[in-house]
Amino acid sequence: MVNIKLNGVDKTIDAADDTPLLWAIRDLAGLTGTKYGCGAGLCGACTVHVDGKAVRSCMTSLSEVKGKEVTTIEGLSSDGNHKIQQAWRELNVPQCGFCQAGQIMQAADLLKGNPNPTDDEIHKAMEGNICRCGCYQRIVSAIRHASTGA
Amino acid sequence: MLPSIEKLIQSVPVEEQQPMTFINASRRTFLQVSAAGFAVAAFSQPAEAFIKYPVGGTTMAHGLRYEPTIFVSIDGDGTVSIVAHRSEMGTGVRTSLPMVLADEMGADWDRVKLIQAPGDEPKYGNQDTDGSRSMRHHIQSMRQMGASVRHMLAKTAAKKWGVSIDDVDVGVHVVTSGAREAGFGELAVDAMNEVVPTFDELTFRSEDEFRYMGKGNVPMADISDITTGKAIYGADIMLPGMKVAVIARPPAVGEKIAKVNDKKARAVAGVEDIIELPVTVMPAKFAPLGGVAVIAAHTAAALKGRDALEIKWSKGPHSEYNSEAFTKEMRKTAGKKGKVLRSEGDLAKAIKSQSKSFAAEYTQQHMAHAPMEPPVAVAKVSADFAEIWAPVQSPYGTRQDIAAALKMPIDNVRVNVTLLGGGFGRKSKCDFALEAALLAQKTGVPIKVQWTREDDIMHSFYHTTSVERLEAAIDKKGKVTGLRYNSVSPSILTTFAPDSGHQFFIENGMGHVDMPFEVPNLSIENGKAMAHTRIGWFRSVANIPRAFAVQSFASELAHELGRDEKEVLLELIGSDRKLDPIKQGFPKNFWDYGEVYDEYPIDTMRLKNVLNLAADKAGWGKSTPAGEGWGLAVHRAFVTYAAAAVRVKIVNGQIRVPEVHLAIDCGYAANPERIRSQLEGAAVMGMTLALHSGVTYEDGVAQQSNFDTYEMVRSTNHPENVHVHIVDHPFSVHASGVGEPGLPPIAPALANAIFKASGKRFRDMPFGDTIKA
Repeated sequence: MVNIKLNGVDKTIDAADDTPLLWAIRDLAGLTGTKYGCGAGLCGACTVHVDGKAVRSCMTSLSEVKGKEVTTIEGLSSDGNHKIQQAWRELNVPQCGFCQAGQIMQAADLLKGNPNPTDDEIHKAMEGNICRCGCYQRIVSAIRHASTGA
Repeated sequence: MLPSIEKLIQSVPVEEQQPMTFINASRRTFLQVSAAGFAVAAFSQPAEAFIKYPVGGTTMAHGLRYEPTIFVSIDGDGTVSIVAHRSEMGTGVRTSLPMVLADEMGADWDRVKLIQAPGDEPKYGNQDTDGSRSMRHHIQSMRQMGASVRHMLAKTAAKKWGVSIDDVDVGVHVVTSGAREAGFGELAVDAMNEVVPTFDELTFRSEDEFRYMGKGNVPMADISDITTGKAIYGADIMLPGMKVAVIARPPAVGEKIAKVNDKKARAVAGVEDIIELPVTVMPAKFAPLGGVAVIAAHTAAALKGRDALEIKWSKGPHSEYNSEAFTKEMRKTAGKKGKVLRSEGDLAKAIKSQSKSFAAEYTQQHMAHAPMEPPVAVAKVSADFAEIWAPVQSPYGTRQDIAAALKMPIDNVRVNVTLLGGGFGRKSKCDFALEAALLAQKTGVPIKVQWTREDDIMHSFYHTTSVERLEAAIDKKGKVTGLRYNSVSPSILTTFAPDSGHQFFIENGMGHVDMPFEVPNLSIENGKAMAHTRIGWFRSVANIPRAFAVQSFASELAHELGRDEKEVLLELIGSDRKLDPIKQGFPKNFWDYGEVYDEYPIDTMRLKNVLNLAADKAGWGKSTPAGEGWGLAVHRAFVTYAAAAVRVKIVNGQIRVPEVHLAIDCGYAANPERIRSQLEGAAVMGMTLALHSGVTYEDGVAQQSNFDTYEMVRSTNHPENVHVHIVDHPFSVHASGVGEPGLPPIAPALANAIFKASGKRFRDMPFGDTIKA
């Protein structure tokens, strides 16, 4: 049993301490917006925020987030209108969409710490998030758009 | 890409499987016959009766359907529901096809609701979302259905108001006649009970009336759900009482379970059962590989349980498969004369008599599709009904296979299609859905089968491996007078039928026998190579190695001759013409992507046009700084013409792509916005496959397993400034493929650019992302 705060709600998760946060969120808490892509911290599809910082939930054990605030794509903004989400919609970023929750969570973390990132900073911050459909150009544009309005 | 392959391979020699389709079906006769058929029954007609020009879709399983009242329904509040019967894997088809119908009908996109069809081809027509066929095959029937519903709305209003239908206008979600006005909702019940009009009764909007078609102004369906985490993919199906299964599969195809010790696995908290599944021997179509399944309360427990399994596998027929040795063997084969598929003139004589010959070999290793969502499926099976939820490209094929595997009538099986987290051909093969169905039947509880990334990369239906050898005879003036092209590669057919060692007509038609070069002496050959793993189709299929080889070779020839690459390439393509497959010695079973050849001929003007377009936009011919260079390539695939101009910049030995121009001629471009996104994505995937994608074997076992060993282009090295140029056409120029054709020209254009930037010529994919000094 592990107590966490998931999208602002206190949750008790009935699983072993070493259970990856990803599967706790998906299978036990029933929030499916966070995706499994590699299970090894190589693709970023499972990115969530723990105490406001982007982490790979597949590489984070439940015990590491005891008493911490976990935010998933479902909790990024109350109305789904985080500026990153808006920019994503304006630029029609996704193709299949599967990696996008992870991309959005990573991008939101970037802008929180660096409201006006350069292209290089965007590339670097997003390096851990793979998009097999190849939406990178639009992802970079959308982050720039959310950042500067350009 | 494979049109009802089972039908094609049924005990028929490969050579006789496809009739020649060069002769144009007389359009006049075609329509007369259709009209006669139509008069008998004005409803439930297959779309052949309505389409203006024949498309391959009519010869696919269950063909095309013209069922306006099945595809469209209207609620009292005016909400228009449109059925999306193809699978959405990122191409935008769930947006684009319903958009065509909505535009012609007069529906306001903001008031359109999409209904995803389950697998039911007798009802919806062919649903096999593959082969870049959705728009090409279905645009006509979708437009016709839109026109039909508009007609039914107009007729209802005309009756209601006592006026002629000619005095009724259908605007955007409103029907008017003079001062009278009615919304779609008001007319819905009567309109949907109207007789479905005949083709002759239909009127079509002129293209300047289109609000959505050709505009690219419709936001992609599901984008709101995708950006908020609400979109439902295969893995997101959660049923009450559902258990999760992961499977330990044979390390090499066909290896059998010798011994299992599952004691430790059973002791893992949450593990509930362990079930052995029979191991499959090739060819097995889409049958599961078999192995040992761990059933658990949740995914984490299932994975832990699988890790604790101790399994001994006995060696199988492919346990000796070794990629390095196999490539060497294929090189040897490629050096010898292969089975001649097409010949013109006298190549042997040309090679002997000319002053110079030049040869090169190009190789490719296997590739796994690696969609971001690994294979996954959920099944619930009772004694007399099976329901499946899965991200499948071919939901009806899946339903047929599941009915057979569970020994149930097909009517007792339902396959629901979720969004696909990428497909690229992998999810055309429903082995993962079969696994879920079989385990759900065995256990009696709902089962989700989850593949890990390692499962995905190590147990795929792989893109084949190949050696492509080209040899040119060059005369004193530097003109190419002869060309031998031998392609050696295990065939996809081996997944379906005993291995002959040779590729079959579908693979031959993908950039091999259809090579559009105007060279008087030509020999196009296929050498023997046996398959030792499951071979399947991967986005663009055999076009990838063929375009890489042919377009690299053209660039190498130019260098050899000291001439400009574009000039040489244009000269090889030759005069403006539509290739005549008979005169040019194409094989009798030549496959033009399943189309009637005269409707989609190989047109060198269009081929040269996209090449010139990409080159012009790139500023071809201008000098570049040291360490930089442009490369070009052009290829026809899925009856679409695509060219790429790629700029490479070597930065500290690293290959970077700062600019790409992709030109595409796909006939009528219904949704240019999603065409752009497809081609932007093709640039990334093309770069990934050229630099990184190789699954290699040692002792029958795939050596790559996750994104550390099977790398992807990422944000730090993705191609930047990718510009897409779409050749503008009216609706009358037949829509052709989009999902795949952007991909093949990328790898050769990249290799050609690397050569210009660094002097290093890469002929073996994947070639890595660095240039060693």
